Amino acid sequence: MTTRILIPSGVLGLGFEEEALWCGVAAKPDLIAIDGGSTDSGPASLGTGTSKYARAAIKAEWRVLMKARAEAGVPLVIGTCGTAGADAHVDWMFEITRELAAELGQSLKIARLYSQQSPETLAARFDQITPLDPAPEVSVEDLGSMNRIVALAGAEQIQEALNTGADIILAGRTTDTAIIAALPLARGEHPGACWHGAKIGECGALCSSDPTSGVIQIDFDQTGFTVTPLATGAKCTPHSVCAHMLYENSDPFILYEPGGYLDVTEADYTALDDTSVRVTGAEWHPGDYTVKLEAARTAGFQTTLLAVLRNRRYVENAQEWADKLLAFLDTKLAASLDLPREAYTIDIRLIGVNGALGALEARKGDPTEVGAFVIVTAPTQADATEIAKLINPFLLHYPLTRDEELPTFAFPYSPAHSERGALYAFAMNHILKLEAPMDAFRLETETL
Amino acid sequence: MPTLAQETVKIRSKNAGPFWVTVDLFCGTSEAFDSIRGRLSSEAVADLYRVDAARLKRFDIARLNVIKFSFPRPVPQGAPLDRDQHGAQYATLLEEMSLA
Repeated sequence: MTTRILIPSGVLGLGFEEEALWCGVAAKPDLIAIDGGSTDSGPASLGTGTSKYARAAIKAEWRVLMKARAEAGVPLVIGTCGTAGADAHVDWMFEITRELAAELGQSLKIARLYSQQSPETLAARFDQITPLDPAPEVSVEDLGSMNRIVALAGAEQIQEALNTGADIILAGRTTDTAIIAALPLARGEHPGACWHGAKIGECGALCSSDPTSGVIQIDFDQTGFTVTPLATGAKCTPHSVCAHMLYENSDPFILYEPGGYLDVTEADYTALDDTSVRVTGAEWHPGDYTVKLEAARTAGFQTTLLAVLRNRRYVENAQEWADKLLAFLDTKLAASLDLPREAYTIDIRLIGVNGALGALEARKGDPTEVGAFVIVTAPTQADATEIAKLINPFLLHYPLTRDEELPTFAFPYSPAHSERGALYAFAMNHILKLEAPMDAFRLETETL
Repeated sequence: MPTLAQETVKIRSKNAGPFWVTVDLFCGTSEAFDSIRGRLSSEAVADLYRVDAARLKRFDIARLNVIKFSFPRPVPQGAPLDRDQHGAQYATLLEEMSLA
């Protein structure tokens, strides 16, 4: 048997070539799978329970995919709904789906797979939680102070959702690969090929010569898989496919998934023609059923300030100026604030000098101007803004030496400070061992 | 002396999850791959990123003419002192490095 999965793009919200999608529908896929997020953009999506992408972008693309599903008559699966895959993200995606079902006049069975973990349940299973390397320190008490905790579902939970006969599956946090691997695994295709092909396909056409076209299809069978990009002119080569194993992977040969790991060391990549690549030889090694945990917590509140240094002498001595200013502020603020010094941080990033790399920067340039970007992190927004206001006059006027007229730098707007709101931090990089795959996940179905 | 950017086809970096960064050097040809891998020590790369050499993973992948390094991020993605959420600018340090 062959199982054909149509993958419209690496993530919903990034866009895809619609013509290529309809080619994929015409080729009669067994399932349409698309990812809805990842940790790529940082902890804020999980911390706030909101999507990184605009609702309008998600709805416009989801409309096309819902039409494609109706035409193909096969399940449409989205993993890691709404960027981070917490319950709020799944419910948000369900709302959009409900609106579209009404607008398109579709009658649908929807399955929602929830991946969010309650702190209480996790606390009861604390002895089944193991840190990965490196992982933040987490105590049982810490669990309750996190904004949201999710577990990454694997193929088994998606299979459970498929078994409900749902037309559309809205999944919370899943591994990028699970939504693609689930059906071919359930149909008995080669397990190594299922996971390997899913990894190659999880970013859509990124494994091809035309990454932005989005759409690819993968055929899984008993010995391997074949990947084909569907946009006109797009090509997969053994090199482009194999190279995708490097992408965002710390180890290009080993990939851990719930219930085992994939080893592609012995994989063989062959060009079938100008566009398709055949891959065999990956091995799946079953093991304990563990799922990865991700969490976000509020790590303070931030207020920022920006001053631009244009004066030649200050530009040339920007680092010395920033170091002196920070030392001065340390004493000055301690005298004015009730907060202990360790409760807040002040970071001055010199844009134009080493803004992106900080202490790692090796190049010394000769910038025209330097942006002094000040980030204050404190326990509350009010504290952060109070500190920023204390900093304000010194950021504007601080001199390199005592015996000179006070300089005045360029503030780009008034007021000079901006409140950023909460700062979120990734709070877990752990795995949870389960007795059965559905132990940490919930499935709900509804007919619209 | 040429920089590594001049000696390779492409050098890129990206997070591998919020706690790791991975850097890929695409050497282009087997000649360039052999030449660069002989001259680029793991210790030099560890020094460049100020990570413990024992925690730096290295993969010399002849099939792709790629040398890949992975290491724990100096600070996790999104932490107060993180300056580059996606870790994509880390590659520039290797791009501008020259090998004897």
